[in-house]
Amino acid sequence: MSAQAIHNLSLDGEINIYRAADLKLEVLAALRRAPVLEIDLAGVTELDTAGLQVLMLAKRTATDEQRELHLLNHSPAVVDIVEMLNLGAFFGDAVLIHS
Amino acid sequence: MNLDDALQTFITESRELLGDMENALLNIDLAGDQSEAINAIFRAAHTIKGSAGLFSLDHIVAFTHVVESLLDAVREGRVVLNDEMITLLLSCCDYLTGMTDGLAAGRYEADPDTAADGEMLLQQLRRHMGMDAAVTGDHAGALAVQPEPGVERMGGDAGDSDYWHISLRFGREVLQNGMDPIAFLRYLARLGRIAGMATVADALPPAADMDAELCYLGFEIAFDSSADREAILGVFEFVQDDCEIRLVAPRSKVSEYVELIRALPENPARLGEMLVLCGSVTAAELAAALAQQSQSEALATPDDTADVPPRLGSILVAAGQVAPVVVEAALNKQKQVVEQKAQENRSIRVDSDKLDKLIDLVGELIIAGARASVIGQRLHSTQLQEATSTLSGLVEEVRDAALELRMVKIGATFNRFQRVVHDVARELGKDIGLVVDGEDAELDKTVVEKIGDPLMHLVRNAMDHGIEPADVRVAAGKPARGMIKLNAFHESGSIVIQVSDDGGGLRKEKILAKAIERGLVDADRKLTDAEIYNLIFEAGFSTAEKITNLSGRGVGMDVVKRNITALRGSVDVGSSEGQGTTVTVRLPLTLAIIDGFLVQVADSVFVIPLDTIEECIEFAAEPGQDYSNLRGQVLPFIRLRSLFHVQGAPTRRESVVVLRFGKVRAGLVVDTLLGEFQTVIKPLSPIFSEVRCISGSTILGTGDVALILDVGALLQSVEGKGAALPALAA
Repeated sequence: MSAQAIHNLSLDGEINIYRAADLKLEVLAALRRAPVLEIDLAGVTELDTAGLQVLMLAKRTATDEQRELHLLNHSPAVVDIVEMLNLGAFFGDAVLIHS
Repeated sequence: MNLDDALQTFITESRELLGDMENALLNIDLAGDQSEAINAIFRAAHTIKGSAGLFSLDHIVAFTHVVESLLDAVREGRVVLNDEMITLLLSCCDYLTGMTDGLAAGRYEADPDTAADGEMLLQQLRRHMGMDAAVTGDHAGALAVQPEPGVERMGGDAGDSDYWHISLRFGREVLQNGMDPIAFLRYLARLGRIAGMATVADALPPAADMDAELCYLGFEIAFDSSADREAILGVFEFVQDDCEIRLVAPRSKVSEYVELIRALPENPARLGEMLVLCGSVTAAELAAALAQQSQSEALATPDDTADVPPRLGSILVAAGQVAPVVVEAALNKQKQVVEQKAQENRSIRVDSDKLDKLIDLVGELIIAGARASVIGQRLHSTQLQEATSTLSGLVEEVRDAALELRMVKIGATFNRFQRVVHDVARELGKDIGLVVDGEDAELDKTVVEKIGDPLMHLVRNAMDHGIEPADVRVAAGKPARGMIKLNAFHESGSIVIQVSDDGGGLRKEKILAKAIERGLVDADRKLTDAEIYNLIFEAGFSTAEKITNLSGRGVGMDVVKRNITALRGSVDVGSSEGQGTTVTVRLPLTLAIIDGFLVQVADSVFVIPLDTIEECIEFAAEPGQDYSNLRGQVLPFIRLRSLFHVQGAPTRRESVVVLRFGKVRAGLVVDTLLGEFQTVIKPLSPIFSEVRCISGSTILGTGDVALILDVGALLQSVEGKGAALPALAA
């Protein structure tokens, strides 16, 4: 896959209700920039329901539009929630187990 | 979700279902084809059980389960229905009704007072199932080893899950209210272990419509915990207004999960998958439960047209496949939605309080209209008068339409008597059937509520005293089975209800002899047949030769008459000896609006119900006495002025309104007669409940309040005086 086909986005800090509206626009815009979007979550320190919803929306939009969305480098805060809510299959990404 | 509302719905539905069940039981044809009736009964029991499970009403679930098991056995032909079982099932209906009433009164547990009754019924139910086993099984040791199908079934029916199942649907605003659903789930995890979880994102709209600050998620959770329902609900206390919470207790029956699927908004197939995913229910269990339900539903809807392809679920079940059966739930749900919509279009359920409120408002409208027309007359404005005349025409139509809304069919009341006749016939050892006619006749809801007791008495009376014992009937050349007939029809603004029997009829000589013996009539008076028959409504009159279980309860026909008269109705009896008796009750269609007659004393205006007035005459009293001479008869009268202590001197030309209520006649002295008036009856505030002789109030076109006289009470006070009069003279 060429470099142009993959767009990278990295998120960090608190992904929560306060940022959700902006984040939605940002992620959707990034998604449409290339067939594949990779979101780096290494710097995420907090994820709440609103933040999670944006990620789920992005994933579903990507599927609907036949694009790809991969979440990478899940931070512990993200892993925690994805595991608790059993969303691993939904996102379909390999989740790194943090030691 | 408001649990109270849902519970109310459950109570209402259960009552309806129990009513259906009772009707089906009473109409069952022991000799003929009973499958339809048994299915109806089974469905009612099954639905009540399922819904009760949703609310964790364990005592109801446990009881209905056994009833259902017996019905299931009957359905499958393992047990043959007999008369005794019908009586038993009717008692079960009563017991369930009792539990439902308890629920309505806020009792969520079994009532210890009636628990013994319940246990007895359960034993009898099991005995019927056990007897079947004894018959079909080995005759020798049958009694010793009675299998209990009820218990076995319960084992087979219950799910294997040891976990609570929690179904959460968060409201849209929950995030904006500062709550984070994930935080609640974390908190929940402190009460136990989240054994399985499925996140439901089906409500998530397309990207363009999605508001990132609203919550679209729901969760299906299998929860391993020893915490009780209260504790689990407590976790979500802060979001309870913003979240729909459904709980299914550990080891619940699979049918409850199916109910859950039906209650949730998402696609049932997806939900089924999710329940399986989070491990609350296994695919096989769900399949079995659905198969069972689809069977009963297939039986319930035989009118499925041929062009509908065979139901997917049934094919899959037949093929032994399990996983796609959840699709069946989806199909069922879709079908239910369509059916429900069709029904909703036909009728809606309205709180009767709302209708009462509407009638109230219409009453106000009539009064306001009357006021407008009074002003129009006063101003001599033709235009205004024209406008008010159009208005009052419309208001009258609205009034009639509104009153019609409160009209209910008398059928439901009549059908209650099926049970009464069944039970009483048993009690009396007579074979009596009931024929119901004119169920579609409508009358005001308030009247329907109040007519039940008098009708009950008339029916019991007809069964007890009217219908002769079978041997007497056969000797008289009549069929051994006696018949009671209830009939209703409309006749010039009233409804007529008839209770007839084909019994021995009233015996004139006996009634007359008794009446003379009791001093009710003079021995030398000539009475018509009708007059003689109507003597049975006199107080303290009874021709019962022997005291049965039913008579001697201190309630005579006079009470029936009084109750009916209190509804502004009348009662009449006709009979032909050897052929039977017919009691005819005539009632006004509504109690909210009457024809009144206005009279005035000083500045106060009073309304007298028009149908109690015999005539109006000029006032002329015997000097110093409270009675006058009406064509040679003594007419006691009441001075309205002194009765209500109205101030001011009498006018020069007073009038007397001659009233008749039942057998009593008296005059009412008033200043002025004002004429007829459409009267909207407004009840008096409870503060005035002690005030005698006033039954309500109304508002006149001028805005003044007028009191409605309670003629019955008024004349009772005269009756006392009337008795005193001869004593004074002597």
